[in-house]
Order: sequence, then C-alpha cells, then structure tokens
Amino acid sequence: MAINPKKTDMEKQTPEKRVKNFDEVALGYKEAEALTEAARCLQCKKPLCVDGCPVSINIPAFIKLVAEKKYNEAAKKIKETNSLPAVCGRVCPQEEQCEIKCIVGKKNEPVGIGRLERFVADAERESGNIEKNVVKLPEKKIAKVVIAGSGPAGLTCAGDLAMLGYDVTIYESLHATGGVLRYGIPQFRLPKEILDIEVDYLRKLGVKIIVNVLIGKTITIPELFKQGYAAVFVGAGAGLPSFLGVPGENLSGVYSANEYLTRINLMQAYKFPETDTPVRIGNKVAVVGAGNVAMDAARCSLRLGAKEVYIVYRRSEEEMPARKEEIENAVEEGVKLHILTAPVEVLGDEKTGRVKGMKVIKCKLGEPDASGRRRPVIIPGSEYVMELDTVVSAIGQSPNPLIPQSMPELKIGKWGNIVTDETTGETSVPGVYAGGDIATGAATVIAAMGAGKRAAKSMDAYIKAKLKIN
Amino acid sequence: MFKIIKREDVSDTVKLIEVEAPLIASSAKSGQFVVLRLKEGGERVPLTIADKDKKKGTVTIVFQVVGKSTIELASFKVGDSIKDLLGPLGKATDFAGAKNIVCVAGGVGIAEIYPEVKELHEEGKIVTTIIGARNKALLFFEEELKAVSDAMHVTTDDGSYGRKGFVSDVLKELLEKDKTIDLVVAVGPVIMMKVVSDLTKNYNVRTIVSLNPIMLDATGMCGACRVTVGGKTLFGCVDGPSFDGHQVDFGELIKRLNQFKDEEKNSAEIYKLKCRECRENGH
Ligand SMILES: Cc1cc2nc3c(=O)[nH]c(=O)nc-3n(C[C@H](O)[C@H](O)[C@H](O)COP(=O)(O)OP(=O)(O)OC[C@H]3O[C@@H](n4cnc5c(N)ncnc54)[C@H](O)[C@@H]3O)c2cc1C
Ligand SMILES: Cc1cc2nc3c(=O)[nH]c(=O)nc-3n(C[C@H](O)[C@H](O)[C@H](O)COP(=O)(O)OP(=O)(O)OC[C@H]3O[C@@H](n4cnc5c(N)ncnc54)[C@H](O)[C@@H]3O)c2cc1C
Ligand code: SF4
Ligand code: FES
Repeated sequence: MAINPKKTDMEKQTPEKRVKNFDEVALGYKEAEALTEAARCLQCKKPLCVDGCPVSINIPAFIKLVAEKKYNEAAKKIKETNSLPAVCGRVCPQEEQCEIKCIVGKKNEPVGIGRLERFVADAERESGNIEKNVVKLPEKKIAKVVIAGSGPAGLTCAGDLAMLGYDVTIYESLHATGGVLRYGIPQFRLPKEILDIEVDYLRKLGVKIIVNVLIGKTITIPELFKQGYAAVFVGAGAGLPSFLGVPGENLSGVYSANEYLTRINLMQAYKFPETDTPVRIGNKVAVVGAGNVAMDAARCSLRLGAKEVYIVYRRSEEEMPARKEEIENAVEEGVKLHILTAPVEVLGDEKTGRVKGMKVIKCKLGEPDASGRRRPVIIPGSEYVMELDTVVSAIGQSPNPLIPQSMPELKIGKWGNIVTDETTGETSVPGVYAGGDIATGAATVIAAMGAGKRAAKSMDAYIKAKLKIN
Repeated sequence: MFKIIKREDVSDTVKLIEVEAPLIASSAKSGQFVVLRLKEGGERVPLTIADKDKKKGTVTIVFQVVGKSTIELASFKVGDSIKDLLGPLGKATDFAGAKNIVCVAGGVGIAEIYPEVKELHEEGKIVTTIIGARNKALLFFEEELKAVSDAMHVTTDDGSYGRKGFVSDVLKELLEKDKTIDLVVAVGPVIMMKVVSDLTKNYNVRTIVSLNPIMLDATGMCGACRVTVGGKTLFGCVDGPSFDGHQVDFGELIKRLNQFKDEEKNSAEIYKLKCRECRENGH
C-alpha cells in the first residue's frame, strides 16, 4: 500500500469560534486518526528522527506501540527520556526537530510525531494511568538537593533526581509552579490542567514544592549549603523583558509581553473583576516581534475583545521565529501582519500619558547579519502612524539577574546568562548547576528539559563521589 | 499560608498586621518589601516591611485602605491566613555613610519609614524625623518614631495637631539652619516626595525617595514597575524601591500609577456591594 503523502489532519476549533474562548485550539487525534498516522511510520532501522530530538525519545518504538494499541506502554516508552510528553506534544517545534529529519518527509509530509506524542500522553492521562505509573521509591534518601525555579528545566531535573533516590525540594518565586508554561503560554495552547497533573506527579514521587521563595532574596544559595543541601540546580529562566528602546516606551498601555501574558494567564485578568488583576486591552493592539511570545500576546488580545490586532515585525514572514503552525493559527484568527516595519516612537496623550498610536517605518532586507537572517534596513522617509490603544513589546527576554547578583562568585556570560558546561550543567561554583533559559537565553521547553536531565545526571555523580558512594 | 498573629487599627484608614513569616523575618533589611496575595484569584499587592521580629519569625505590615485588596485585607482577623507572601523584595536602602539625616514621611509613609529611622538610630547617626498628615486623626507612630529619633517634628495640613502646614515647610527651615545635613529620606505620597526632592535640590542635599509604582510579580520579570531615573528606564521592584529623588521622573510615575484607575474603582465598588450583601445576609 502506498504511503499517504499527507499527515493525518488534527481537528481544531474553527477560527470564528475559538477567538471567543480560551479553550484549547487543537483538539488532538482520536484513536482512529492516531492509528492511521502511526501506520505512516516506516520503523527505520536507523531512525533519523531520533537524532533531531533533543532528548532522544525512541520515536519508532513508541509509534510501534501506538500501532499495536498499547498506549500505556507507549507513554512509558516516551517517559524513559521525556517526563512531560503532554506538554511537549503541544508546544515543541517538531517541524524543526524530529519531523524535519523524518525520512518520510523527504518526498511527502513527515510523520506527525508531535501529534502522536500528544495522543499518547493524553490517552495515558485520560485513562488515569499516570497515577498507576508512579513508581515506589525507597524511603531512605541519598542526600538533600534544591531546585530553584519550577519551569520545565527545574521540573525535569527534580523528577530525575527523585527517581535517582534524592530528597528533592523545589523553591519557586511565584505563587504557582510551571514557569513559562504557567505564566507565558496561554490556556488555548497548553491547558493548565495538564501542567497541574504533571506537577502533581512530581509530588507523588516525593518532591517537595515550596512556592513564594525567591532564591537570592528569601534565602541564598550559600545558606542552602549551610542547611545541608548537597547540590543546587538553578532553573530560573529568562525572565527579564526587553523594551523597545524608542521614545514613549513607558507610556501607560505599553506592556512587556511578560507583563501582558502574566496578567492574563497567571493572574487570570480575563476573568476580571471576578479576579482582582486588571488588564486594559482597548480596540487596537500592536504586538512588536514575531516569535511564539508575540503570537501568544496577539491571540490573547483577540480573545479579550480587541477589534484589530497587528504584528509589527522588521523582517519578512520567512524570518519570523514563531512556529509556522502558530503563525497560521494567528492569521486565521484575524491577526494582521505588518512585516518589514519597525517602531520609531510610541505616541501618547500628553495629559493622561496613555498610548494613542505608534510611529513606524518601513524596512527592506539587506545582507545577512550575525544570526544568519537578512538584516532589516530602514527606508528613509517611509514613516507612518498606526492608531493604537495598546502596544506589547515581545522582542525578547534575557536571563534573570537576581541569583547571579546574590552570588558574585557565579560566573556569568555576555548576556547575563549563567556560564555552564553544556554537557554537565556545572557552573563555576562546585555543587551549583544550572540549565534552561538561565544558561542559554530564551530557547525552548524541550531544550530546558534536556538541560535539566543532564544536570540531574551529573549532580548524582558529583554527590556520590563526594559521599564516596558507588 | 501565612498566619496573622496581631491586628490593630492604627487609624480609621490605616491598619497594622503582624504575620508569621520566619524566612522573610530573618533576611529582611530596611527599605525592603513583600508582595502578598490574599486568596486564590487575588492580586499581588506590594507592601513595605514596617518591622520584623527575627526571634518570633514575624513581619509587621502597615497599610492604608485604598482599594479592593486593602479593603479586603482590613477585614482579615487574628488567626486568619494570607495565601501567599513573598519577600524580602527590592534593595535595602543605601545610606552611604551619611551622618546627619532628616527623615520625612507623610500618610502611610510614616510606617514605611520606621525601619529606616530605627536602623540609622541604631547605627548612631543623628536622625531628625518629620511626619505629617492631613489632620490629627490620620497621624500615628509618633511615639515609636520619637523613641528612635534625635528630634521630632509633626505637622498637620489643618493645624489640628502639631504645626500647621506641610512637612516640607519644616524641612526647609532645617535645611536653612543646619548646613551639616547630608541626607534626606522621603517616604509618602508621590507628590510629597516630589516637593521634597525639588526643595533639597536647591540645597544640594542628597535625597532618597521610596517609590511605589504599580507592580505585578515584583521580582524583575515584567517591567510593570518601570520608572525613569536619570533618563534611564529602571525597574522599581529590583533596582529600587529607593532611588535618588533628584533623578526621578515623578510626572511619569504619577501617570503610570493611574493606568488602571477605572478598573480599580470598578473592582472596589463591586467588592463593597458584595460585602454589604453578605453583611445583610448575616454572614
Ligand atoms: C509566551 C511564550 C511562549 C513560548 N512558546 C514556546 C513554544 O511554543 N515552544 C517552546 O518550545 N518554547 C516556547 N517558549 C519558550 C519556553 O517556554 C522556555 O524556553 C522554557 O520555559 C524555559 O524553561 P526554564 O525552565 O529554563 O525557565 P522558565 O520556564 O522561565 O521557568 C523559570 C522559573 O523559575 C522561577 N524563578 C526565577 N527566579 C527564581 C528565583 N530566584 N528563585 C526561585 N524561582 C525563580 C520563575 O518564576 C519561573 O517559574 C515560549 C516562551 C514564552 C515566554
Ligand atoms: C514597594 C511598595 C511598597 C508599598 N508599601 C506600602 C505600605 O507599606 N503601605 C501601604 O498602605 N501601601 C504601600 N504600597 C502601596 C500599595 O501597594 C497599594 O496601595 C495597594 O496595591 C493598593 O491595592 P488596592 O487593591 O487596595 O487598591 P487599588 O484598587 O489597586 O488602587 C486604589 C488606588 O490606589 C492607587 N494605587 C494602586 N497601586 C498603587 C501603588 N502600588 N502605589 C500607590 N498607589 C497605588 C490607585 O491608583 C488607586 O487610586 C506600596 C507600594 C509599593 C510598590
Ligand atoms: S524517521 Fe520517520 S519514518 Fe523513520 S522512524 Fe522516525 S518517524 Fe518513523
Ligand atoms: S513588578 Fe514586575 S518587574 Fe517589577
């Protein structure tokens, strides 16, 4: 039988319907669809897809288990290397990781690995098997360790260390766990219930999770060592937002994407005044930037009643860093792309200090820059004014400086990132490990998880060597 | 959960609570603050650590009832718990070797300035404290501050107590008389901090103000709290809350503080209405 050239479609809420709610957009495969898609996998002897996966999931093996309808076994197979499949199946950029390498993709569309991963994780959860899959761990622990930050890097590191027999405590500065998965990525892309179940799973493994503790302020890393912790993993993320650097950036109605999304997702401003945190959207919103963060901010704006939402981006559509799928979703929902356009000044009302508009200028593409993407060059005299109520700056975040500031001996790099050995997560301070966005700058969920995993392994080796256990 | 072990009405509109928070109590320094969230769905509210007791493991917070969250907090009783409490946040105030200091406070700033006056006093500095309020009923902490100050001045706008006039009037006299004053610390309403900063600029006396921009996470993650200081955008929660008063763009701060005024009003009105209903229903 010839292979179906196309990926099996996954049902989505229609654009007209979904812009009016915060429910998940993509609805996931039903069993029949998953089986059809699983049958497209060639079960390669030398699977190229696995090379593309940052945590080397045994992709053909789990797909085979799907084809055999052994969904719980498939989930266990994925979880050998990836503890958050329900999250990754939804937000990983598979199109540039595993799927881009898939052999089927050479002539046809690649196997829908991400969709299958999501299907397996959802099947495990819906059948109540996550609970049953909790392993019983020995009461006696090897040593105490601390994880600073509960984003994907911290959660993964915590899970692995718990499995290895450690007494693990996660300290999180916000009042809720999950990092960007909670405060950044919106409900309609990653339902928070899924995250809650994953975090709960860690608790069942014996991981203690304490929120409202800001490492570096509430308690410092040297103090933790004094309390008898054997090692610390820092997964504090890239929380420091960048602003536009143009006049008017502090007018009321100019938000960083972090503020905007935190108000909406973490503080649930979309339920205001039922909840206490407001957000003011207005009728016309411009989001500057074109990454996943920008798409999320733009799509939230529509759902909160904005009439016109623009993405303002200084390069062309091709260079947009967001996932293709999310750009398509945004455009389907009515987000308008102002490409090759750069902000010049945010304009405001003299008296109230509130945003009225934004002066922008047209650009064209020049020579490639350091990032390999073609550099935007402004076209003199092409300025025009966009009428706006709200401007969201989604042009990037850098590593959170609080922990390095509280620990001068911790070596930091050019971008304020904690310098680590990429393969071990070691920092310049013995016993202190770091990984995820705090070490690399803003990257991906799966890269953060991979870093958490590698750090867990080397922390285990470090502690055992120190305690002379083998 | 963080249990309230003491609660006082400092005045009609200013309340004091002492809360169990051992980790915060053991690391807090003067000028730092906490963020609290009363319950699920609540907002994150920044409040200054007015005092701490390391032994008991408690921090004291003094707050003015102004909107939804502070109205609700005022209804909490001894034994009730606050859902989330994070701190200590911000940088400790850096007095940089000053010897003869005038501390000026207005409104709820009177409570916020207390730990700073106390610290300076304990370090053996000369501290003169000026406090002011609209009228006598709004004044508090006079005795507490007197105990840790070398000299004390009290003003009321209407003359109902102490000297009639503004705190800045007294400050001006002091600056005229005593040329050894090398630092002024001002905490209170934005407009008062602006007036004080404008005044001290004429005398070339370094001035620290404690800013209160709208905050969200209060850990440097969102930029809601940004203020312009010396032409640069800084974050109130991590770079402050104390800044050089001569460098602060107060006009921008005032505008940014009004950002959600309509929403805040709306939220407080709804809450008051609900409260009335629940009282009428005997809850
Ligand atoms: C809006 C948005 C959309 C995104 N979409 C995608 C996507 O579709 N796909 C994808 O792969 N990636 C996406 N990303 C990127 C991805 O979310 C991040 O790369 C990833 O979350 C990084 O994980 P982390 O664990 O390093 O840090 P984070 O997720 O940032 O978590 C860090 C945690 O540490 C806490 N913390 C910080 N400092 C301290 C401290 N001192 N003490 C205690 N706790 C502290 C923080 O509160 C936070 O909870 C997106 C990012 C954003 C902002
Ligand atoms: C670092 C810091 C320390 C603070 N310390 C104290 C303190 O010790 N005691 C105290 O009473 N207050 C303090 N504040 C102010 C306090 O956070 C606000 O009064 C509180 O958030 C109001 O919440 P609400 O829901 O009751 O009122 P809202 O409904 O949020 O606001 C009601 C009114 O207060 C104004 N407002 C809102 N947020 C602030 C703010 N951050 N600062 C000033 N006015 C605001 C609004 O413009 C509005 O007019 C501090 C603020 C900061 C940033
Ligand atoms: S490369 Fe494609 S076809 Fe081959 S094993 Fe991986 S998913 Fe299956
Ligand atoms: S309150 Fe979010 S950065 Fe200061």
